[in-house]
Amino acid sequence: MQSSHVEIIRPQRLLRDGMIASAQRHPDKNAVVVEGKAYSYAELLHSSLCMANVFKQNNVLKGDRIAIYMNNTWPCIVSIYATLLAGGVFMAINPQTKSDKLQFMLEDSEAKMLITESQLLKNFSPAVKNYKGLTTLIISGETTSESAPDNVDYINFEDALEIAEPLGSPEKVIPNDLAALIYTSGSTGFPKGVMQSHQSMVFAAWSLIEYQRLSEKDRILLVLPIAFDYGLYQLLMTMKLGATLIVERSFVFPAQIYKRIEEEKITVFPAVPMIYALMISSHKKKKLCFPTITRITNTAAALSAELIPYLHEVFPNALIYKMYGLTECKRVSYLEPELIDDKPQSVGQAIPGTEVYLLSPEGEPVATGETGILHVRGPHIMMGYWKRPEQTSEMIRPGKYPGEKVLCTGDLFKMDEDGLLYFVGRSDDIIKTRGEKVSPTEVENTLIGIPGIKESAVVGINDDVYGQQIKAFISLDDGATLSDRQVKKYCSDKLENFMVPSEIVILDELPKTDNGKINKKILV
Amino acid sequence: MSTEDKIRGYILENYLFTDDQSELDSSDSLLEKGIIDSTGIMELVFYLEEDFKIKVEDDEIIPENMDSVNSIVNFIDSKQ
Repeated sequence: MQSSHVEIIRPQRLLRDGMIASAQRHPDKNAVVVEGKAYSYAELLHSSLCMANVFKQNNVLKGDRIAIYMNNTWPCIVSIYATLLAGGVFMAINPQTKSDKLQFMLEDSEAKMLITESQLLKNFSPAVKNYKGLTTLIISGETTSESAPDNVDYINFEDALEIAEPLGSPEKVIPNDLAALIYTSGSTGFPKGVMQSHQSMVFAAWSLIEYQRLSEKDRILLVLPIAFDYGLYQLLMTMKLGATLIVERSFVFPAQIYKRIEEEKITVFPAVPMIYALMISSHKKKKLCFPTITRITNTAAALSAELIPYLHEVFPNALIYKMYGLTECKRVSYLEPELIDDKPQSVGQAIPGTEVYLLSPEGEPVATGETGILHVRGPHIMMGYWKRPEQTSEMIRPGKYPGEKVLCTGDLFKMDEDGLLYFVGRSDDIIKTRGEKVSPTEVENTLIGIPGIKESAVVGINDDVYGQQIKAFISLDDGATLSDRQVKKYCSDKLENFMVPSEIVILDELPKTDNGKINKKILV
Repeated sequence: MSTEDKIRGYILENYLFTDDQSELDSSDSLLEKGIIDSTGIMELVFYLEEDFKIKVEDDEIIPENMDSVNSIVNFIDSKQ
């Protein structure tokens, strides 16, 4: 009897499993195309195993945090999967992050290794000099020894990859192990690391794949940063499906992206409202039309109902997905695309395999149509904030069954008779601009750090394109003089570009409430 | 003032908030150095249209024309 090859179907328990399975199923298929250069699944698996071996040779142990501070590049993608193969915990850090904050994240997470690129040297060099816990620094791109930090030996990414052998077997990890720390802005002004396990990330990725009706034939375009969880999941979903991810650095040059959509026959286009607004303003001048795209997805801020008719024109064959989420559970809800014209104000229902409900501040269920605090149940909720038990207990609350944990988002919503959600407001004062979360406290603290500034108050001003714009009010010490340019310069040295106030107003004194606090309501 | 000095001055003042010439080389990639983002590029185009009296089409906003002081200078020369 002839023996036949039997493929053993293995469950995908770990975040890396999807990529490994796809590489075994079709090694020669393109996994990613980065700025026009294609890499197959076999290449991705091989490079990731080689880099994982470099990590192991540099004493990376299971559970060690590995900071990946990079743009959307091939080395960034390899580093993420190498971390997972080596049993580490990856942290993808936005390349716009400045030195002080990078240092904070390295210290907070006690990262053992930093992987970065030579273009970002000016920012990572001071952080590496000040942070004592780093044992290995890996730099992609050309670096001269004079410019590199001298307290840690560095390894060149490309050189190391070229000579490394693939890791024999991936580190043993179980689904409950921590897979990633995802830093998010908090109302305290310091970013917090959201802890996500393998099982919650695997679950979330499949839930998103299911409702977006994705398949391995899809060609997904990534213009959002991988450091942003919405961007990261495009990578994770693509690898699980065995589809192809077309990676661009950003949406800065729209004409280049439009060309890529046509050349690469993109089928899925995930973006944020600012990108859709820019496309529509361009479309109004000169018609844009992308017939290959069959799904567009939006999150990070509300997609205004007025944009939707234009989106139908630009993407005539696309289902339009409105979604809502927060890093603490990846995604909360989505609106079935068939409902987009009937319920344009809604952010829809709970993602597959999860449940949402609204409670009053006293913890009682609220009636249909009444405002309540959104609670989320499901395997996608975070383990907690890294080393922040108090902030964790504000968000992770006891659930239905003894010992069960649910996520109390703090955000206010209404639910209609069909169970669809409507956003009412945030319970904190976080500003959402250009699809990013900004803590006013973090910006205010930066402003107060400028010699000559006495008081500061930062508010979000609603804006059609950006969601909100950041406006800062300051008062100066007696005798101090500061121009708004000097203030912006200082902010841009400390804060990501999207956090730098677009407007600075200097007042003699900031308005106060009766109890002496700055009255922000008057300022908005 | 030469076109190059004007463009470099504008970028230093509006994106790097400084007049220190050493902060920006005319060949530096504005994208790779993280100097410019989606909103920044729109402001830059608006400035070029206003100050150099040129019309920039959406499909001309590409790295070849806009990613460094040098490429912007060449682009303006080709338009004037």
